[in-house]
Amino acid sequence: MSIELRNVIKRFGDVAAVNDVSISVKEGELMALLGPSGCGKTTVLRMIAGLEMPTSGDIFIRGNRVNDVSVQRRNIGFVFQNYALFKNMTVSSNIAFGLKIKKWNRADIRGRVAELLGLFGLEGLDRRYPHQLSGGQRQRVAIARALASQPSVLLLDEPFGAVDAKIREELREWLVTLHHDLNVTTLFVTHDQEEALEVSNRIVIFSRGVLEQVGTPREVYEQPANEFVARFVGAMNVLELQVTNGVARAGELEFPASGLADGQKLRIGFRPYAVQISSDLTQYRYHAILRHTFFLGVLLRVELELPSGLSVRARMTKEEYAHQALEQGREVSFQIRQYRVLAKETAPLPPERDLSYQPSPAIGENI
Amino acid sequence: MGQPPPAVEESGVVTNHKSAKQPSQRGTEEPPLVKWLLILVALGFCFVFLLLPLANVFVQALSKGWAYYAAALSSPDSLAAIGLTLLVAAISVPLNVLFGLAAAWAIAKFEFTGKSMLITLIDLPFSISPVVAGLMFVVLFGLQGLLGPWLDARDLKVIFAVPGIVLVTVFVTFPFVARELIPVMQATGSEQEQAALTLGANGWQTFWHVTLPSVKWGLLYGIILCNARAMGEFGAVSVVSGHITGKTDTMPLRVEKLYNEYDAPAAFAVASLLVVLALLTLAIKIFMERRQARKELS
Repeated sequence: MSIELRNVIKRFGDVAAVNDVSISVKEGELMALLGPSGCGKTTVLRMIAGLEMPTSGDIFIRGNRVNDVSVQRRNIGFVFQNYALFKNMTVSSNIAFGLKIKKWNRADIRGRVAELLGLFGLEGLDRRYPHQLSGGQRQRVAIARALASQPSVLLLDEPFGAVDAKIREELREWLVTLHHDLNVTTLFVTHDQEEALEVSNRIVIFSRGVLEQVGTPREVYEQPANEFVARFVGAMNVLELQVTNGVARAGELEFPASGLADGQKLRIGFRPYAVQISSDLTQYRYHAILRHTFFLGVLLRVELELPSGLSVRARMTKEEYAHQALEQGREVSFQIRQYRVLAKETAPLPPERDLSYQPSPAIGENI
Repeated sequence: MGQPPPAVEESGVVTNHKSAKQPSQRGTEEPPLVKWLLILVALGFCFVFLLLPLANVFVQALSKGWAYYAAALSSPDSLAAIGLTLLVAAISVPLNVLFGLAAAWAIAKFEFTGKSMLITLIDLPFSISPVVAGLMFVVLFGLQGLLGPWLDARDLKVIFAVPGIVLVTVFVTFPFVARELIPVMQATGSEQEQAALTLGANGWQTFWHVTLPSVKWGLLYGIILCNARAMGEFGAVSVVSGHITGKTDTMPLRVEKLYNEYDAPAAFAVASLLVVLALLTLAIKIFMERRQARKELS
């Protein structure tokens, strides 16, 4: 294990920012800490770095308990959200800082800085100051600085938060490549589920200081452990249903619910890609008006409005949209291929982000 | 049918009229006369109240010729006053640099109870009359004061001696460095320092390599202002010094004494030195502001 947290709790006053969290990160892994802002993920990262002290629990780095080890001696590389480059130093001095502190000899420092400048595509920028760099360059300098003295783990706080969308895309790919090349255990914090899904080997999902699920991107997307994860990772349509005569209904939509008592309330979710749309009104059971189409590139997001006022989000390819001759304002038929039960209660339903979800096989997997 | 609504035509005519009358390109409407009048008033005011008296200092100082000027400055009492002023500045400025750094650091980087109280307290010397400040120290350290008998028993002289002058000068110049540093440090935040820690630097290395360089200009600016005030302070120093010629007279006190002794040229000679100091301070300040502006632009 490269990093291990055991029953870590961090309180700020009466508030538990991190509540009994245990995580283990394998050597060489690229792991994302994902959660909405204020969920405690950055606090976890800062505790691993030694910038915050846990209220209780143990933190191990490469098998050694580091609770009592100072920041300076933990041998971690930390990249701050806004990079925190030393403004009064050039790019090379920034990268060399940790090496000078660790008393490397001059020739070694020069060699290592040159090596990192090359590796990070920063050749020719060595004499620049941070304010003369672009956002992407700054981030690369920050990572180079953090990696200079070969730390055992690399920790990044919202590494793509401070750059614009276009560069963010490039940087994500670059980080994956870099991780592949260097194979240093990397843990990064993000609130962007798309980023976590795209970049990491495994994802740790937090909400309100509690660990919700740990798994590969595929696992958390396809087998969310609970309602929170299901709703937070990937887009999802959520419906509240009530059971009458063995059928759960919301507006026109009906789902089989044999074995459930009348008056039982359910919340179900289905991904936009699970909605199939046809311009042939006889093809599927439900009818709706195609209200809006949003172009996302290859994919389109489509919003359907049912006669009862319910709205359903769907996703389809551009080709399919053209093939079906769809357009805004047109009436279509649709079906929901797949859905999952998020919550099931005898009234009243828990609030939307309630986590006391129990998987239920009571209603059929597919329609 | 073909006639346009009258309102449009009317407003069109009015607009044309107006633009024909006043071809001013600017957004404001005041005539050029007002502009020139305002500039004249401002410049006239500066001339009468600032430049004229300043120039007069030099005219008066040299009214009896260069020889008299040199003699006035090199008299033992004047030299003693110059020496004392430099000594006081040399002690009080570093003290307030230390205090200013500590206070600014505490205020900018930490949250603690009594923080707003501390910020208010730092400003206190600005809002207290220097004479009152001097009296406060007399009441505390004077023979009739709180600590006076204790000090006297140990033959330690504070009031009417150099230590008292240093104390009041430190008090009066207390806010300058801290005031300059607090906003700079607050703007910088503490992330750079944290980054230094994660790279293995200890507290002292972090301060020396990261914190100090990032507040360099603010600190220098604060030192310059602090120094100018330390050398120029009259009121508070006057109360505690006792005016012992050749011993506890600083330059401003020396100027007053010479003036009261009807030796105006000598008084102005010493005063001219203080003026030169003030102008030098101003010049350094402008130079540094320019330099910083250039740095920010590039």
